[in-house]
Amino acid sequence: MDDNKPKIMTFNTLILHTAALFLLPLQLIFSVFLLLRGHDEPGGGFIAGLVASGAFVLYLFAHGVASTREIMRVEPRDLLALGLLLGLAAMFPGMLNGEAFLTAQWWEFSLGDTQVKLSTVLIFDIGVYFAVLGTILTIVMSLTESEE
Amino acid sequence: MLFAVLSGFILAMFTPLLQPVAQNKTGWILAILPLSLTLYFASFVPAVSQGEVIYQEWQWLPGMDINLSFMLDGLSLLFALLISFIGVFIFIYAGSYLQGHKSTARFFVIMLAFMASMLGLVLSDNLISLFVFWELTSITSYLLIGFDHEDESARRSALQGLFVTVGGGLALMAGLIMLATVGGSYQLSEILTASDSVLESSLAVGMIICILLGTFTKSAQFPFHFWLPNAMAAPTPVSAYLHSATMVKAGIYLMARLNPAFTEHALWTVSLSLFGAITMFVGAYLAYSATDIKKVLAYSTVMALGTLTMLLGIGTEYALIAFTCFLLAHSLYKAALFMLAGAIDHEIGTKDLTLMGGLRSKMPRTAVITAIAALSLAGMPPLFGFIAKEAMFEAVIGNDSYQALILILALAAAMLVMAIAAVVAIKPFYGELRSTPKKPHEAPLAMLIGPAILAVLSLMFGLLPWVPQNSILSATVNAVSVTPASFSLALWHGFNLPLLLSVIALIGGILLFVFWQKTRPAIGHLTTQASRFGPEAGYFSMMNGITYIASWQTRLLQNGKLGNYMIVMILTTVILVGYTLLSQYGLNVYLNVEGIAFYEFFIVLLMLLATIYAISTRSRLGAVASMGVLGFTVALVFIHFSAPDLGITQVLVETLTVILLVLVLFKLPGFSRYSSRYEVIRDASVAVLMGVLMTLLTLAAIDVQFFETISGFFVESSYPLAKGRNIVNVILVDFRALDTLGEIFVLAIAALGVFSMLKLRAEEK
Repeated sequence: MDDNKPKIMTFNTLILHTAALFLLPLQLIFSVFLLLRGHDEPGGGFIAGLVASGAFVLYLFAHGVASTREIMRVEPRDLLALGLLLGLAAMFPGMLNGEAFLTAQWWEFSLGDTQVKLSTVLIFDIGVYFAVLGTILTIVMSLTESEE
Repeated sequence: MLFAVLSGFILAMFTPLLQPVAQNKTGWILAILPLSLTLYFASFVPAVSQGEVIYQEWQWLPGMDINLSFMLDGLSLLFALLISFIGVFIFIYAGSYLQGHKSTARFFVIMLAFMASMLGLVLSDNLISLFVFWELTSITSYLLIGFDHEDESARRSALQGLFVTVGGGLALMAGLIMLATVGGSYQLSEILTASDSVLESSLAVGMIICILLGTFTKSAQFPFHFWLPNAMAAPTPVSAYLHSATMVKAGIYLMARLNPAFTEHALWTVSLSLFGAITMFVGAYLAYSATDIKKVLAYSTVMALGTLTMLLGIGTEYALIAFTCFLLAHSLYKAALFMLAGAIDHEIGTKDLTLMGGLRSKMPRTAVITAIAALSLAGMPPLFGFIAKEAMFEAVIGNDSYQALILILALAAAMLVMAIAAVVAIKPFYGELRSTPKKPHEAPLAMLIGPAILAVLSLMFGLLPWVPQNSILSATVNAVSVTPASFSLALWHGFNLPLLLSVIALIGGILLFVFWQKTRPAIGHLTTQASRFGPEAGYFSMMNGITYIASWQTRLLQNGKLGNYMIVMILTTVILVGYTLLSQYGLNVYLNVEGIAFYEFFIVLLMLLATIYAISTRSRLGAVASMGVLGFTVALVFIHFSAPDLGITQVLVETLTVILLVLVLFKLPGFSRYSSRYEVIRDASVAVLMGVLMTLLTLAAIDVQFFETISGFFVESSYPLAKGRNIVNVILVDFRALDTLGEIFVLAIAALGVFSMLKLRAEEK
């Protein structure tokens, strides 16, 4: 470990360190699960976004900002923009079909035994997911960076 | 037509991608769009000249009678043609003028958006969409004027233009809404046929005043004329476009468009003709007094706008014919002259007319084209400007009210214009060659092709006046006037009064030109004296006043103490909501404790204990933790009453809140008591008040049911309508998706706010 790193932001416990490493993918998968089931069961973009941000924040606590940035590969602010863009993108397909702005559009088909329901609502929910994730990570990361 | 309007916006989106590829050819490539628009609109000319009016409509917000509906009649076609046709040359010219500028792409993006907004404005048949496009032109022109945003004066001019036009825009919106209310529709085409009910209504006077405030500010009528000359802080292609076919003509367009509805109203005709005449004279005088070539041209635009307004106000058949001719003539020569002035500035490095001379040998082509365009400005035969000016004199003579005053102003303005045309055409090119900041040489083809074609058109339309007349001008006059008109334009009308006036104007103009150099000091002195009391001084003192009040109330209300903000917000809520609650419902406290299980009491007790600990503890970490406990017990309540989504969200939010608090905890100074005893009591009582209010409100909400709750609808239709069984999620992403969209934008703004605050602080360090 680099000695110059301030102690407050990285908790140098082996357990947290290792746990964060394994929990991050698990939590992310869980967040996607929550996101996709959200229309019928408890879950949805907002909750899933919170879970995903929780995953990254935990990792950030254990490994520091630089390492989190590395593993994320994208700026949190870009995620924010992506979320807003998806949210906006979900508004227009309805208009192309001659319906009112934001009217949900559904594309259902069967894939093997499963009924797949794709919709602008799902796109919108994914937008919410990224917007929440981007917001929290932007705030947390800039706070931690200002500490350093 | 929707696509014609939107194409500019769409192309604007892709321009930043085009710029690196096309480099110096961007202007030529982008000019294809206005060119194809010109051809598209030209294809309507045969139909429209037969008196046909073309309507196209797309639903936008049908529930509010707001649609993207377009109307193409003579007036809008003339404007659309001017906007797109002049646009072609502006783009070509700008590509060359801005060569090597670091943000050319940004320029073209705004320029395309500006052109598209202007097209939307003149084609709209719906008052609201017209207003939207109207404001878009204000915003895009603000960005264009302030294009060199590193230059402070450019920023100031841009802001001035924005304040004046958007301020007027507010009045205009009020006026348009009144118009729609009285006229019974937001469709212009329907309102214009119902002009009787508009005129008879009690709102007519207010409506006219509001609409005129909007159009006068936009079209730089006296006393709002000052923003326009300052707007030449923009790069020259912008000025050329702004002054000839767009922006300032928007106000003229709207007045012409509404003229059939209001032309019977005395207030409309009198204020248009008087303000127009005054603007015409003031503009001409200021043009004569200026020495900066762009400023001369800018003030001559003010003159032209005044003339157009005045002609609309006079409102006779002849006046409207003069109006259309003048409109066309002015657009052609003004675009040409501005581009030429920019070319001169670009090649010799100064805009000051007193420093120019003898450029004829260095810039022969520029000299010839300038001469032709300036002849049209002066209103000399055989240019189209001559026909327009003759028609103007004819209209002024035929006017009944204030005839003498307007005639004198018109004649004086004509003399001054004659003089400035001569100044612009002769001063830079003849006489001895002077030393200039740059070594003069001929302007490139891209900068001359536009002016040349426009100048030749001025000449051609003058020689063959029936070409524009039959193709478009007759239809325009019919669109502006109430009664159908038929007329034929000609260069030669025989010896008559207008011709005599032209000759007088010519002689006066020559005299004024001869003394141009000598009158400089005197006129400069006079102008400085006058400007101290002019409208621009008023604008500045108003702006200072606004800044003063803003900083005063900020010191008072926004003093940076978080506690004060909270107290103000909470007390306001308590007083307003509490008053309503007590007066509507009374103080009915009815507690029904039956059926509450033991563990429910336990949860509440836990909440209470957590709260009490949070406010009484002296350890900050303890406070954070007990707030966490409170949050989790709330989540328990949610889950208990079967709202799993809320419960999960609450848990997650609590977790993240604690994390965030932990993050900032390290930054806070040690926990010590800052508050005096008085402050503690004050804060406590405010908190208790809020708590009591919320309790009473909740009890009242359980007790009285004012309306049938909407949740029944959501439960029933969640699956059939939205194919989802999770009602909370369905509400969030489907039934109330617009709200959610707004909320994620709020989230984004908050995140960026935190980011920029921390980032800026880091940079300060």
